[in-house]
Amino acid sequence: MKRKLFVRALLDKVWPAVMLLCLLGAGFVLSSILIAITSRGLRSLSWEMISTPPQRAFYLGGAGGILNAIAGSLCLALGATTIASLVAIPVVLYMHTYGKGKRQTLLIRLALDVMWGMPSIVYGAFVFTFIMAVGLRASLLAGMLTLVLVSLPILTRTFDEVALMVPTDLSESTLALGTTRTELAGMLLRQTVPGLLAGIFLAFARSIGDGASVLFTAGYTDSMPSSLLRPVASLPLAIFFQLSTPFPEVQARAHTAALVLTAIILLFGMLAYVVHAHLGRYIIR
Amino acid sequence: MLPVEITGRGKRESGLSRLRQPVPLRRWRELVGSSLMRGFSLLVGVMLLVISLTLIIRAWPVLGHIPFSELLFSKSWNPSQGTFGLGVFVAGTLIVTLTAMVLAVPAAILSAIYLAEYTSQRIRLLFKPVVDLLAGIPSVVYGLWGILVVVPVVRETVAPWLDQHVGESIPLVRNFNPTGYGLFSSGFVLAMMIFPIIVSVSEEVLRSVPDELRHALYSVGATKWEVTQVVAFRSARGGLLAAIVLGLSRAIGETLAVVMLVGNVPQVPRSLFDGGYTLSGLIANTYGELMSIPLYESALMTAAVLLFLIILIANIIARVFLDRQIARGGIR
Amino acid sequence: MIMNTLSILDLNVWYGNLQALKAITADIPPNKITAIIGPSGCGKSTLLKSLNRLLELVPDTRIAGQIKLNDFDIYSSAASVTEVRTHIGLLPQKPFPLPMSIYDNVAYPIRIHALLPRKGIPDKVEETLLAVGLWDEVKDRLRAPAFGLSVGQQQRLCLARALAVEPQVLLCDESTSALDPMSARTIEDLLIALKEEYTIVTVTHNLGQAERLADHVLFLWLGELLEQGPAVRVFQSPEHPLMAAYLAREFG
Repeated sequence: MKRKLFVRALLDKVWPAVMLLCLLGAGFVLSSILIAITSRGLRSLSWEMISTPPQRAFYLGGAGGILNAIAGSLCLALGATTIASLVAIPVVLYMHTYGKGKRQTLLIRLALDVMWGMPSIVYGAFVFTFIMAVGLRASLLAGMLTLVLVSLPILTRTFDEVALMVPTDLSESTLALGTTRTELAGMLLRQTVPGLLAGIFLAFARSIGDGASVLFTAGYTDSMPSSLLRPVASLPLAIFFQLSTPFPEVQARAHTAALVLTAIILLFGMLAYVVHAHLGRYIIR
Repeated sequence: MLPVEITGRGKRESGLSRLRQPVPLRRWRELVGSSLMRGFSLLVGVMLLVISLTLIIRAWPVLGHIPFSELLFSKSWNPSQGTFGLGVFVAGTLIVTLTAMVLAVPAAILSAIYLAEYTSQRIRLLFKPVVDLLAGIPSVVYGLWGILVVVPVVRETVAPWLDQHVGESIPLVRNFNPTGYGLFSSGFVLAMMIFPIIVSVSEEVLRSVPDELRHALYSVGATKWEVTQVVAFRSARGGLLAAIVLGLSRAIGETLAVVMLVGNVPQVPRSLFDGGYTLSGLIANTYGELMSIPLYESALMTAAVLLFLIILIANIIARVFLDRQIARGGIR
Repeated sequence: MIMNTLSILDLNVWYGNLQALKAITADIPPNKITAIIGPSGCGKSTLLKSLNRLLELVPDTRIAGQIKLNDFDIYSSAASVTEVRTHIGLLPQKPFPLPMSIYDNVAYPIRIHALLPRKGIPDKVEETLLAVGLWDEVKDRLRAPAFGLSVGQQQRLCLARALAVEPQVLLCDESTSALDPMSARTIEDLLIALKEEYTIVTVTHNLGQAERLADHVLFLWLGELLEQGPAVRVFQSPEHPLMAAYLAREFG
């Protein structure tokens, strides 16, 4: 038994060390990513780069910047998140009022979980067939619709999780006052605003970074976003296309676009965190 | 104050009628509210159905007429000549995904265990946003990092070294591809992409295992590692498997990063470092040619349907694992 | 050296800045049932958990003093925590079987400590399950998951698990409070039978149970040991006024 004791004590020390190694390895990789993106991106970062759209011969090294992509991405993500919120809010409120406990609610949750796992390119394929059938072309609107499909599961499930945390006593005492279920929905909404906002920021961050979904639905263009029915540029695609050119100056712009994109996503991720922590002080737990 | 005045029959009746129905404005608001909620919920409920049906319908000219064995296993992909073998792309997807899983899963599970069982509350609170941050980095940026950092390392160091020292005995790591763009590079970057998801879900699953189990194990004289083994691999087993399957489904469907790194060479790979081609990459790269060849669109839609089905099955399996876990009382 | 003796010497326990136990000194007589009683929050569980060093798992605790099992201080630097816990076992308040089969629940501690060769384990499992009166009820479904048992059966299984490593002392942390009266009685009867071989220390807030089981009594009040002694004497003629008041309030 003495030898066994020694082995057990040894394993008790060895395994945590291995685990820590894995964790630190991941930390190392993360730093590598951030350092690479920041250092390369900063090299060609300039005011011109983020404030002007591409001029003539931009892709051969000419003047201009990536403003078209920045503006395009913001339009796409803002539009998509707004529409997705407008759909997600009633759906989740339904699940917690009229639909509470019903089988439809279970099915909706299941469907949303499955949709969360779908690769965005499948959504892109779907919307593409849709717009072909309707006779439209790649456009800002189509890109937005695809991103709605991408961000809807995230938004809905996050909001749903927050609504689930509302104590049932609160709902019951509200109903006991003689409110209609719509009024209950209004009360639930007020309770869950911080979580909802956090979910919206997260969905925004996710949709702005998604390139596969907008690949054939939003198209690409050098001009600034002008109309819902014209193609629009986006940061992920700007990076994707510019990296495949043989000119190092153009590739460098891809790095800058990556830096800008990552910065926006980090910003909104942090906003989500802050909103949740800060505004969450006033809700009942 | 009562809502009803008990003075006369007439007044009393009107009072009671108010007890039955809320005021018109509230009724109207309720009607609008409930229809809105019901309508949108119906929409969401059928969305998945609509998407899958649309894809299947568009894929039908190919999906319904080419036998499955040819679709999945044939290596000849030449839509302009009528051959629709997705074998190469299926192989590519499988190898890249497998590489990513082998690299990511053990490290992710171990990291999650460390975070859940071996760190204090404060450190865990610090790491949570870090992991979420990793998960938020978009696919293209991972792809870019792959091009800037991973591909050169593979090209200059990893592939030649492995080829030289181990290539004789393990043909899997022979290096025929001098570019560095191949299955291994994309598999490695993919592993980094799915790592945060697996860690995040696993850590939550582990933390929901009740403390009474740990106390019971300590009480019979188990070491911390022994306790962890029971907690993680017995009690939380289903939850961890669900986390792994979630990572798997993300890996299978990942598009941009893989396209940037895998080489996009439609060949059956001979080694891990060869170039390859994945299903999602096929869809991404060739959509532009959809219009010229009649059955091309259906062929690509078939690839999309295939992806859809694989991930649907994976998600259902994960859900089954998780639900069984909760039912058995292992975790909350 | 007498076996199965536990001595507590000047035990002090702090949770952060709050002192939970103050200068506890007591002798736990061998092969008897000792009951630790007192109002809620007085430190009964804290005292019990310090006896098998389970208290160390709680963050921010400080323990000073000595606890000797047969003249060996379990808190000394020479002591191995995992070893100590095989000599001093614990039956928890809420029955919690391990997520394994019934057989494995009992076999698990034997395996990890390698107490028996593999061939010897089935016999030991049967012997232990017989000792807790569970054998006849489960002998046909040893491989079934332990969660399927009733609560009373689960607690007996936990008892079997604790006994499988043949400890000297068995600690019981209000082990019948989560059970129905019949199952509780079964456990009580088992404890009375087991004291022939083991020293038993039980925390209970049920004075009726203390009366039924205890040979020796420790009375705690706000972290201090106010009275200790043979149960007969303590219950009939308590010396400390607070003890008398506690008894009166509960019985009266």
